[in-house]
This record gives sequence, C-alpha cells and structure tokens, in this order.
Amino acid sequence: MSQPDFVSFEGVGVTYGSGKDATEALCPTDLTIAKGDFVAFVGPSGCGKSTILKLVSELMKPSQGHIFFGGRELGAKPVRVGMAFQSASLLPWMTVRDNVMLPLKIVEPFKASFRAKRQGEYRARVDALLDQVGLLEFADKSPWQLSGGMMQRANLCRALVHDPDLLLLDEPFGALDQFTREELWQTLQALWIERKSTVLLVTHDLREAAYLANRIYVMSARPGRILDTCPVNFARPRPIEVTFEAPFVQLTQELRRQIVHAPARNKADAA
Amino acid sequence: MTDRQQKLASAALIVSVFVLWEVICLLAGISELVLPRPTQIVSAFLQFAHAIWPHAWQTLYTTLVGFSFGVLIGLSLGVLIGSSKLAYNTAYPLLVGISSIPKVAVVPIFVLWFGAGTVPAILTAMIICIFPIVVNVSTGIATVEPELEDVMRSLKASKWEILWNVGLPRSLPYFFASLKVAITLSFVGSVIAETVASNKGVGNMMLIASSQFNVPLVFSGLMVLAAMGVSLYAIFAFLERRMTGWAMRKDLT
Repeated sequence: MSQPDFVSFEGVGVTYGSGKDATEALCPTDLTIAKGDFVAFVGPSGCGKSTILKLVSELMKPSQGHIFFGGRELGAKPVRVGMAFQSASLLPWMTVRDNVMLPLKIVEPFKASFRAKRQGEYRARVDALLDQVGLLEFADKSPWQLSGGMMQRANLCRALVHDPDLLLLDEPFGALDQFTREELWQTLQALWIERKSTVLLVTHDLREAAYLANRIYVMSARPGRILDTCPVNFARPRPIEVTFEAPFVQLTQELRRQIVHAPARNKADAA
Repeated sequence: MTDRQQKLASAALIVSVFVLWEVICLLAGISELVLPRPTQIVSAFLQFAHAIWPHAWQTLYTTLVGFSFGVLIGLSLGVLIGSSKLAYNTAYPLLVGISSIPKVAVVPIFVLWFGAGTVPAILTAMIICIFPIVVNVSTGIATVEPELEDVMRSLKASKWEILWNVGLPRSLPYFFASLKVAITLSFVGSVIAETVASNKGVGNMMLIASSQFNVPLVFSGLMVLAAMGVSLYAIFAFLERRMTGWAMRKDLT
C-alpha cells in the first residue's frame, strides 16, 4: 500500500437547503481509505451512505470540508470512477457487450481511439471481463433477455471495464434473491482479488458488508456520522461458508447492535 | 388467435362494413345525393381519376412538406426542452397554450400573410403536427433514469454525450409513436387549409364537387385521403418497428 491516504475526507459535511429549512445530511466527517482497500458503509436508510459515494464521484459537492484523492484536492484532476447502483440500468437498445463497452466510449484515454479499437482491442477487453463473470455467451443478447443477477453482473462489468481508480457500489445487489446475491458476492470478491481496485460499497445488508469488506464504517441515522470502524480479518478468498461460522455471526450481530442502539447514543451526545 | 387469423379477421371486418353499407343503401333506397353506395364511389373515382390525380398529388405534396418541417422543428424543440428542466418548465405553458388553439382558426391568418394556395396548406400541416412531436420527444429525454444519468455523469460524460448516447436513443420510441399521430394530423391540416383557401388539393376538389351535388365524387375524395393516410401511417409504423424493435420486446422473441 504505497499511498496510505488514497482517499481522505477532512471535515466533510453536507447540508441541504439553507437557513431554517437546512437539513444536515452528513455531519463533518474525517476518514481515510487506502489504495486497493475494500471498505463498506452500513447504516439505516437516510444515513448519508450514498451521499459519501456521490461526494467521491463528484456528483455532489460538500457543503464544508475537503476531499483529497491521491494527495490532491478532488476536482484538481479527473478521477476515474466506476459506479453501479441497485438498478442495473443497462441500455435496452444495445447488446450486453455494447453496454459494457459504453465507458470506453466516454472516458479518456480510451475515448480517443474508440472508433479504431472498438472492434478489436476493446471488444477483446470487454469479452475477457464478461468471461470472468460468466456472461460471455450472453454478450450478443439484449439486456432484457438476462435475469436480474446476470444484469447486475453486466452492471459490474460496465463499472470496471475502464479500470477505474475507484469502484463505487451503491447497494448493487439489493434487489436480488439471497442465492444470487451470494453468488455475486463471490464474483465481486474474485474480481477484487485479481484487480485490487479500491472499492467503496454502500449496503444495508450486514452480512454482505462483513463478507466483502476489509473494513466497515458503521453510520448513524440522519444526520449521518460515522459511529465506528470495524476491521474484518477473515482470510481471502473467503468461502461463502465463512458467513455461517461463529466469528462472522458475532461480527454481524455486533454491527447490528451498534446500528439499532445508535439513536440512544445520539441523544446522550446531545444532552 | 394467431397473427394470420388476426389479420384475416381485420380484413373481413373491413370488407363486411363495405358490403353492409352497399346492402343497406340498396334495401333502403337511399339516394346517391345523400349517401352513395361504395360501388358508386368507386365508379366515380374511375370516371374522374384523371381529374383527381393532380389534386391528390397537391395534397400529398403539401402534407409531406409541412410534415417534414414540423418534424424538424418538433424534434429540435423537443430535444431542447427535454434536456433542461428549466427549459421544460419554462416553455411548457406556452406550448400548451399554442397547442390548444384550434388550427383551423389560424388558416385565415396564413392566407392574409401568404395569399391563398400552397403556402398556407404547408404551414397548417406543419403547425398541427409540431406539438405531439415536441411533447413525446421531450418526455422521452426528460425521463432518463436518474441512476443511469449518475453513471454517465460519474464517467465525466458531457451533457452532449449523455444526450447522444442515452437521451436520444431512449426517446426514439416516443418519437416514432408521435410520427404516426403527426402524419395523420398533417393530412387534417393540409385538407382544412385547402378547403378554406386554395384552388388545388383534394379538400378543394371535394368542396367544388359538393357544390355541384356530385356526392359520389366527394366520397371518392374521402377514399383517396384515407388511402394516402393509411399508406403513410403504414410506412411510419414499419420504420418504427425497424428502428425501435428493442422497445417492443415481445415482437422479437
């Protein structure tokens, strides 16, 4: 880990509106994420988890504080990010392959030679990725011909195809059934082990966070703030069975306890 | 019911309507001055075919020219309004206001400006078909899923790239749906203008025929209009299928 502070927040807060109507969405927050780390944010709905991803991807500007990326303030130079949301939002008029290729059409330096390489190098790149997640035989299908799990696999590929510095996942498996979800955890873990991308995962599934992440940030209800940071030290690659063993169950119960008891703590802080 | 049976049923219904029409007119002894029988209409059409042709061409010409301008303007306005929330909210009341004016009412104004003839017909055909296109295209663009827009924006895509890669293709089914409506409306526009102020076109021909009590000829004018309308509708329905098959998933599988 050459750059320990790959992403860092210094007093970053978000407030919507102004004056009397102002609502604080995210309390001033400090955090650092190392390059190649896999962190998860868990917490109740509306706790500002997604806000953190929007800040990092520059979809939203902080109301206060500073965000640094690789030692420079965010915005100074473009950061390459890949995002995936709960809805796969693939474009129905394109094949799965073209959907995954879309970022190469938009992000530099791939964009510059897109016309020249789309049939050759880029196609091979996309197909290799699709093969890794087991979708290669569906590359020429339309998105609506895929199952929900397959669509999310394609969505993951689209978020990864341009080798992003940061992979931002906002409840990507939220709409899937348990078995499909566990399959996709394994797929994502395999991709991460191979690529060592820096991943920020937002989820309210505590098992998902504990299975996938190296570190879990536990957040309180609105206004969001980080209550605790839990390291997760299970050896990789983690087999799915690990989620049924005692240490894992203990960890998720501890996370659950912190989130459930958070409001009480909040009041105590205020008093 | 299979596809083939469905088509046969539609054709049978059309044929039986005409047969029923013929039989009722014969049995009730309805005068051709009131309601000519289909056979009388067809024979009037054959008898006056030479006279009808130039009028039909004129109507087709004004309709298509007006429609083309309407599509150009409607598409540009739709893209403009759809890609900005501000423009959408600002321009919508004005558009609704303009669209609620009965288009017949503007024909005299066009005649005042450009004189009777081809130009008012083209303008009426144009103005009547702009609104449905604007509404459909802008709706298609404005309703892009927010997640998809976030994905594109996180890739640092420009507004133009989002429009080109996502907004426009997404609004194509809306666009083609509106074209089917717009082409039929354009016919209404040009025929109205011809009826009010022109010495050419099917509308004008029908007006003259009815003043001479040549009712079968009036009805053959209607037939010609229906035939042209249906053909153009079919052409755009075909284009729609070719261009936006992905939006009608069931047809493909």
